[in-house]
Amino acid sequence: MIHFENVGLRYGMGPEILRDLTFDIPKRSFQFLTGPSGAGKTTLLRLLLMSLKPTRGLIRMFERDVSRIPRNELPMLRRRVGIVFQDFRLLDHLTTYENVALPLRVRGKDESSYKTDVLELLKWVGLGERINVLPPVLSGGEKQRVAIARALIDRPEVLLADEPTGNVDPPMAKRLLNLFMELNRLGTAVVIATHDLGLMDQVDARRMILTEGRLDIYE
Amino acid sequence: MNKPTTTRRKPTAVTPPPEAQPARRPPMRVRPTGPIVPPSNIQGNALMVVIAIMSFLACLTLGGVSMVRATAASWQSQISREITIQIKPEENFDMDAALIKARDLALSFVGTRDGKIMDDQATARLLEPWLGTGLDLAELPVPRLVIVTIDETSPPDFEAMRAQLARAIPQAFLDDHRTWVDRLVSMARTTVLIGTAILSLVFVAMVLTVVFATRGTLSGNRHIVEVLHFVGAEASFVAKEFQMHFLKISLKGSAAGGILAAAVFGAASFWQGRTLATPQTDQATALFGTFSIGWMGYLGIFATMLVIALLTTLTARITVMRTIDEIDLIRSDPARTDNLPD
Repeated sequence: MIHFENVGLRYGMGPEILRDLTFDIPKRSFQFLTGPSGAGKTTLLRLLLMSLKPTRGLIRMFERDVSRIPRNELPMLRRRVGIVFQDFRLLDHLTTYENVALPLRVRGKDESSYKTDVLELLKWVGLGERINVLPPVLSGGEKQRVAIARALIDRPEVLLADEPTGNVDPPMAKRLLNLFMELNRLGTAVVIATHDLGLMDQVDARRMILTEGRLDIYE
Repeated sequence: MNKPTTTRRKPTAVTPPPEAQPARRPPMRVRPTGPIVPPSNIQGNALMVVIAIMSFLACLTLGGVSMVRATAASWQSQISREITIQIKPEENFDMDAALIKARDLALSFVGTRDGKIMDDQATARLLEPWLGTGLDLAELPVPRLVIVTIDETSPPDFEAMRAQLARAIPQAFLDDHRTWVDRLVSMARTTVLIGTAILSLVFVAMVLTVVFATRGTLSGNRHIVEVLHFVGAEASFVAKEFQMHFLKISLKGSAAGGILAAAVFGAASFWQGRTLATPQTDQATALFGTFSIGWMGYLGIFATMLVIALLTTLTARITVMRTIDEIDLIRSDPARTDNLPD
């Protein structure tokens, strides 16, 4: 589904942040992306979201060469990828419900067609009682769950999560991991960027380790 | 016969009696969906005032131009409705006979309606500002005039009339007022051109103001644009969200400016109506005509308001699309982005 071949990336005239990355993200796969801070995890996630162009190499997403996709078609492909940011990126003036419904609203869907789904998902992530609350009032863990719900709401083919359990307690981290695994069982490929060794030890999954811009994969 | 039996459900320990059951919490209601771009994030008031001022100036210019144009047209119509035959006096020349002959000759042409010989009193009144009262025209070599009213739509053949007059009365000179009409036409055209130039400048200034305001708004709402980008929004969707706000602001601003301009014209017209026959008003009326712009003028003001609102919305849309394109380009180009890797 996603194929990287000799992908390299540098910012401006600086050194290469990512070097010769060659890997595949197969359909329905589950993997952790890990490595020390500054290794380029977020940059790699942005490449996977097609919001950054590589300096060199080939990226194929959903059987298409990303460098040949016209810019106006990228939003349509991006809709097949869900992303959870480390800093959540919730819109503070929208309620929990509205933030989660945002991807569906952007796709032009009518509220009556998604309202029940959004409310059910919010209930599932433990925020059923917080639907009308604005993000500034939410705790870090609650914001994290809203961000995850927003990424999941349209059943993406790939889910990218940047430190999704960084702001939650271990039981909630476990619950979120179960949520990702459930989603994976339903057919979504999952890439979780994390430092949390405890989290990775809970699942027997592929590990992609970024060190100084190079990627080692342990199946 | 079996005795009918009634079965009663035994109350269980698990099910509390109805009055003891806690009231079921009603399902939570979702608040009405709010706009993706909050109105408070847009510096709307300042922009609305700017648009109102621009709209006021544009409507004032439009009304002014239409007023001057109408006045010029009325002058032009008055002048071109008449021609003048001027007869110069000479010694032993029968002026009265020549005046009658000239009038009859002019009226023999198709396209003339009426001929009026300016009598001694009327001629004396004409000269009064320069020569004073009590003028004896017989003592002065003053030319005499015949005023001929013509049909504006099918005027007579001036050249033929001029030739016949020259043959019949060599002292006669036909003035068809062409020079004045041409001057008035060129003045009216110049006024319209100046007005159009001012309108264009007002529109350009407004477009530039809206461009700056939109860019400012976008940079203040960049986080919203980025989130929309990441959840797969197309540029047109984002532009739609922003342009709605600008449409509302521009409609309010242009309506305020347009209504104010219409009120100014209304008030000026009212003042003119109340002070008729005073020297100031007569002077102003002679120079500018009436301040009334008529229903066409008010329609023009309404059209200007709509044009301003549409222009603002269109400018906002194009600016948003371009800015999103720029953000997209910079965001996706690692050589230009200032983001650092994690």
